[in-house]
Amino acid sequence: MSGVHATARITAVPDGRGGTALPELAGEGPIALRRTRSADERAARVTVVGAMTAPLGGDRLAVHVTAAPGAVLHVDAAAATVALPGRGGERARYEVRLTVGEDAELHWLPEPLIAAEGSDLLMTTTAELAPGARLVLREEQILGRAGERPGRLTTRLTVRIGGRPLLDQELSFGPGAAGWAGPAVLHTYRAAGQLLVVDPAFEEKPAEARVPVRDAEQGESVLTPLAGPAALLTAVAPDGLCLRRLLSASVAP
Amino acid sequence: MHLDHEHTVFPQRHTWAGPTARPDGSRRALRIGLGGPVGSGKTATVAALCRALRDELSIAVVTNDIYTREDADFLLRNAVLPPERIAAVETGACPHTAIRDDISANLEAVEELEDTVGPLDLVLVESGGDNLTATFSKGLADAQVFVIDVAGGDDIPRKGGPGVTTADLLVVNKTDLAPYVGSDLGRMARDARRQRGELPVVFTSLVAENGVAPVAEWVRARLAAWAAVPA
Amino acid sequence: MNRAALLLLADGRFPAGGHAHSGGAEAAVTAGRITGPGTLEDFCRGRVHTTGLVAAALAAAAAAGADPLALDEAADARTPSPALRQTARRLGRQMMRAARTAWPSPGLDALATARPRGAHQPVVLGVTARSAGLTPPDAAHAAAYEAVTGPATAAVRLLSLDPFAVTAVLARLAPDLDEVAARAADAAHRCLTEGTGALPAASAPLLDVYAEAHAGRPVRLFAS
Repeated sequence: MSGVHATARITAVPDGRGGTALPELAGEGPIALRRTRSADERAARVTVVGAMTAPLGGDRLAVHVTAAPGAVLHVDAAAATVALPGRGGERARYEVRLTVGEDAELHWLPEPLIAAEGSDLLMTTTAELAPGARLVLREEQILGRAGERPGRLTTRLTVRIGGRPLLDQELSFGPGAAGWAGPAVLHTYRAAGQLLVVDPAFEEKPAEARVPVRDAEQGESVLTPLAGPAALLTAVAPDGLCLRRLLSASVAP
Repeated sequence: MHLDHEHTVFPQRHTWAGPTARPDGSRRALRIGLGGPVGSGKTATVAALCRALRDELSIAVVTNDIYTREDADFLLRNAVLPPERIAAVETGACPHTAIRDDISANLEAVEELEDTVGPLDLVLVESGGDNLTATFSKGLADAQVFVIDVAGGDDIPRKGGPGVTTADLLVVNKTDLAPYVGSDLGRMARDARRQRGELPVVFTSLVAENGVAPVAEWVRARLAAWAAVPA
Repeated sequence: MNRAALLLLADGRFPAGGHAHSGGAEAAVTAGRITGPGTLEDFCRGRVHTTGLVAAALAAAAAAGADPLALDEAADARTPSPALRQTARRLGRQMMRAARTAWPSPGLDALATARPRGAHQPVVLGVTARSAGLTPPDAAHAAAYEAVTGPATAAVRLLSLDPFAVTAVLARLAPDLDEVAARAADAAHRCLTEGTGALPAASAPLLDVYAEAHAGRPVRLFAS
């Protein structure tokens, strides 16, 4: 089997002094991890660096993140991830596995994933939350670099609370995917993303569904309360910049 | 206003729209459908009926608007019933489908009203304005009223059609306008009798004091017969 | 083989309330994105390969005997728009009424009791198919078919499109429906051993935007 196989791991636990320690911070292969300075003194912050050229076709990359009960962990990235074609035209896989314990809080805010022309990537993000866990998760997909056609990209986001499904969404774009460029899915937009906020406070006071005023030049978005303690902001936009702007709206409970 | 067929205000009828009891065993509300062409005064009749009967009966209304909630909103604005007693059903541009061919959304609405504000004595189901063939399914309405008006042309009773011919009550509304639009009420009554045989016809002018009384009386008679049926 | 029951279940005249819903087509028309047979076809193709696939898989899994309550929960997770969840449950309740009269069964009774406010429509459709002696692929076909006929019928009414041209659109989509139904039935089969996570979760961001925008509009022809 060709391609790089690498799994990076992060584990965060309460440090007993009101902050969060990182007993495990292990990058591998193209995925390097750095502990960075956090503005939130409860939180440990980790920045994923050096993922710039990966994944190539045939690669199998994974990031496993655990926020133990009571820990507060923020993970972000230094740069966008670009999926590129591999030599054999094989599909690349990128697996993100997030585990958030009781009263723990995880912010998973990577930079966009760009599906370059000719690439083929399956990205799965699975979040297992304990009841009472908090999660802020952003996903952005950009179909092709500037002026090029999109690669094939399938992303699946599955979030469970206490083992029960909260959100399960799959987006599939590019050559070989059917219907995605039509008016039901993306229309002429080439960037799509979601901002998910899971917070027990939504149990008492669910978010109100909202379609912010639309200017089709800038993209469209919708805020929806899920069938659990969570709100999801879904956005589509002509490019990554517009998408980020739409996903910067407040989704706090 | 005269009541045309006083002796047959409530003709014998043996069929009801589905089971007469609710799942908990209590008697469900009598369901009366009101249909008729656009602008004949269906909503005004429903509003007047609510005002006339709301002190003696527990009433709710289901409206079937064509593309807005206007009928429901009219009833709300005029506060003929508390808002929780008015439900609007959306019909996908086809009110006759929703009251005749696929009545599931209307049955839902009726049952939801019974669950939330019941027990109810009477549910009025108003169709969106439609053509002369639009009638209520027997699975939805226990009895139906067809509302036409004198300004729509005094030849409507002569033309007949399922609504005019088979409705349990034909209401000829806006009699106050007859002199202005040149409609011959006598001719309308004769034509209606020819089309409908013994089925009752009433003439109303809702601008008059208690103008809805003949319809209200007919509704009371139906309720009395409904109450006599074992649940 | 029980073909006639499948035709009955998939018939647009089956009295389960579908006629009042456009499957997002009215909002797409309002947004100027469905303007004729060509854009209707693009819309329907996108819908059937996303939410249509999910509905077909849920229906097939229910027809295969998977736990309908687990499927109902899986349907919630695959439906972020509250307007669409409400529509799905409303239509599920309406279909339940027709189904229990047409093909009464303990399975339908149990689901109606467990979800008195309505289960997601595809789940009810699948349990109905099972009660009618139909197979999981049958249920998947019925759901996939419904995913495109609803918007197509609505577009005919909304835009006064030539009904022959729209029927030709549906005919051109037939291979897509077969493909979606086959994928759905395959996933339903895996769902029996792997759980609801094996079911597809294909989503269509604009359908979610349309659904909430439409729900907030005072003047509209279709409920969704």
